[in-house]
Amino acid sequence: MMNQQLVIAGKSYHSRLLVGTGKYKDFSETRAAIDASGAQIITVAIRRTNIGQNAGEPSLLEYLPPEEFTYLPNTAGCYSADDAVRTLRLARELLDGHKLVKLEVLGDPKTLYPNVIETIAAAKVLVKDGFDVMVYTSDDPIIAKQLEDIGCCAVMPLASLIGSGMGILNPWNLQIIIENAKIPVLVDAGVGCAGDAAIAMELGCDGVLMNTAIAAARDPVLMASAMKKAIEAGRESYLAGRMPRKLYSASPSSPTSGLITAA
Amino acid sequence: MKISINGNTQQFDGDNMTISALVVTLNLTGKRLAIEKNGEIVPRSQFAETKLKDGDKLEIVGAVGGG
Repeated sequence: MMNQQLVIAGKSYHSRLLVGTGKYKDFSETRAAIDASGAQIITVAIRRTNIGQNAGEPSLLEYLPPEEFTYLPNTAGCYSADDAVRTLRLARELLDGHKLVKLEVLGDPKTLYPNVIETIAAAKVLVKDGFDVMVYTSDDPIIAKQLEDIGCCAVMPLASLIGSGMGILNPWNLQIIIENAKIPVLVDAGVGCAGDAAIAMELGCDGVLMNTAIAAARDPVLMASAMKKAIEAGRESYLAGRMPRKLYSASPSSPTSGLITAA
Repeated sequence: MKISINGNTQQFDGDNMTISALVVTLNLTGKRLAIEKNGEIVPRSQFAETKLKDGDKLEIVGAVGGG
């Protein structure tokens, strides 16, 4: 199988790792980690501008120019379809008509678990309004299919809770989602280490979106580099096709003949 | 006139201030922003001609780090 590029809403990307820009020590660490990750798509949040304070403060956009990256504005912190739609319309204005967005509608501040009912409602409005919607959702195969049918350009089930670093808790559901989908499936949320990212790719995910796994590592820049390699290794492993599992049936890799024998 | 900006009410002199003038007054010149006035987005191209009036509610947003 050829290792083709990731295509989202008609645009090709050589990197299958998408990264967030939150939780870093400062903007220069954010930039260094993103460079090490090789990511081309980066998520940003939309928030009220500070008025009357820190007027000369540097902005994220100065460190990560929108000309260099594909921005993926998110709706983090939104708990209703209306708030999410409103946020992304502001994002579109902010980013000069940019259409590619990450929709997430949360259901509960403690777990940040997605509210799929509000997510579906928002997705319908956004798709109709011309947005290219990458949608964060639970690992429910039926909901994932419904979001695809609405017209989302990528479906992004969680591996585990946002920021939890718990890894892929239900690989079987992810596999069902991947098998059913005709649009890219990306794991978004829950990846904790490079091994988790590789497993997601080996399952057949088209990409992985992460933030905390890199930003909260002891050395974020090194972890970003590890994630880049894990995504590439996992992808190649998936394409290469793993050997069959053979329980109780060992098979030596070295020739069984030609052994020296005791005189 | 009084204008609510990001949830805080502020007092401004004069009655005919445009959004462009407000952006200058707030020291936000050159920043990448999106502005909503009374729940409706005001395109950047219309900042210069959009006048503010007493009681208007503005949301001024930008992009920040997030996941």
